[in-house]
Amino acid sequence: MSTIGTGYDLSASQFSPDGRVFQIDYASKAVEKSGTVIGIRGKDAVVLAVEKIITSKLYEPDAGGRIFTIEKNIGMAVAGLVADGNFVADIARQEAANYRQQFEQAIPLKHLCHRVAGYVHAYTLYSAVRPFGLSIILASWDEVEGPQLYKIEPSGSSFGYFACASGKAKQLAKTEMEKLKMDMRTDELVESAGEIIYKVHDELKDKDFRFEMGLVGRVTGGLHLINPSELTEKARKAGDAANKDEDSDNETH
Amino acid sequence: MLNNYNSLAQPMWQNGPAPGEFYNFTGGQTPVQQLPRELTTMGPYGTKHSTASSTTGTSVLGIRYDSGVMLAADTLVSYGSMARYQNIERVFKVNKNILLGGSGDFADIQSIKRNIDQKMIEDQCCDDNIEMKPKSLASWMTRVLYNRRSRMNPLYIDVVVGGVDNEGTPYLANVDLRGRSYEDYVVATGFARHLAVPLVREKKPKDRDFTAVEASELIRTCMEVLYYRDTRNISQYTVGVCSVNGCGVEGPFQVNENWTFAETIKGY
Repeated sequence: MSTIGTGYDLSASQFSPDGRVFQIDYASKAVEKSGTVIGIRGKDAVVLAVEKIITSKLYEPDAGGRIFTIEKNIGMAVAGLVADGNFVADIARQEAANYRQQFEQAIPLKHLCHRVAGYVHAYTLYSAVRPFGLSIILASWDEVEGPQLYKIEPSGSSFGYFACASGKAKQLAKTEMEKLKMDMRTDELVESAGEIIYKVHDELKDKDFRFEMGLVGRVTGGLHLINPSELTEKARKAGDAANKDEDSDNETH
Repeated sequence: MLNNYNSLAQPMWQNGPAPGEFYNFTGGQTPVQQLPRELTTMGPYGTKHSTASSTTGTSVLGIRYDSGVMLAADTLVSYGSMARYQNIERVFKVNKNILLGGSGDFADIQSIKRNIDQKMIEDQCCDDNIEMKPKSLASWMTRVLYNRRSRMNPLYIDVVVGGVDNEGTPYLANVDLRGRSYEDYVVATGFARHLAVPLVREKKPKDRDFTAVEASELIRTCMEVLYYRDTRNISQYTVGVCSVNGCGVEGPFQVNENWTFAETIKGY
């Protein structure tokens, strides 16, 4: 960020003269520092995948997860501040529970996305609060609507996607995902997710990482599952294999 | 997790005198009620609670066998003595370990069922592959129902909770509208408590549990007897089966009707 926000970066409730709210830009910075998170829509499933950077060997393997289950068939992955993520996950769950209480059915993802985006946006309006340092990816699948994928930015704006990415290697991941075909089968989908996360991981800057994924689709019986053992293993293998291929390519050159 | 959704847990005693003060009788300047009216003990002009149910389901019968439980209930929801809704399931699958059979006020059943379903979703959100076990749900039910009766505003329900735990040990219990509960190899609510329980106890071998075949045969005969002898029964029923092999509701089944004996009955 070249502009120096002198005087205009202290509060989320004030614009700078060139039309920015610096607190939102800073929140985006927090997202850019985070490990890469992607979401891809397939034919009968949506996959969420996370490059969870391991900052210390002393953590348990599943510590600091960035994928959450919000409803039976709704998953959420976040890039940015994990603590903010936990909080927003809880808000989203309350939103889903409230919808279910009123209408006796799961909340449509479009609706949930709208509500959470509204919540995130409200945190960009007041001087007493700071925006969430989060990019939130929401995924769901059901028989009627099929696969759905949305992303919410720290500013509170949200869009629907075929595939989306956030975090450190957002650009690289996006380039990779543009090469993918639409309407992939679930096994292809999961493997692609593995390949991309393993590919965009920067071994030099961040040593160790753990691939984590969330899957919701026909194969999971319409339930959002975090790290379903068989498919996660498949994705990790595909990622590993793709990485090795690339390494050997480099050697021959 | 979701602290503000469960409106069932509220402080037990309100409107009493603060320490050192005199009791403030109703009709005076009692402070504005802060809780939802239906959960308070008294409104500014007194509160009338329901004392009877209108849409009701009749008996539920549960039998525990060597490797699981079976729950049966007919598919009738009556409006008074009228057979109003004839195709409503009253045995529910709660999760892969638990079955719930509900009798009594059907609105209250639906209400508690919604609460339970939300609890199951919270369970899933934890993502630790742990699902609630039947004993826990039965225990939770006693607390909710006892709490409501203590507010003089009970849920007019009588439920059977059954299922298996992680070790595959079957569990079967009854919880009633006052929060009383007991476990047994046969439990029933409504008329089945008088009509079906003795029939099942009669067939119980002293040295062993029922087998699945015996249990299902008993359910069949009991539902038949109930159909003949309980006026709030219809011939259609569903059976929930829960064992280590799975949990689900089967049916609807039809009672074996035979009215040929009717012409022999004289004297009316």
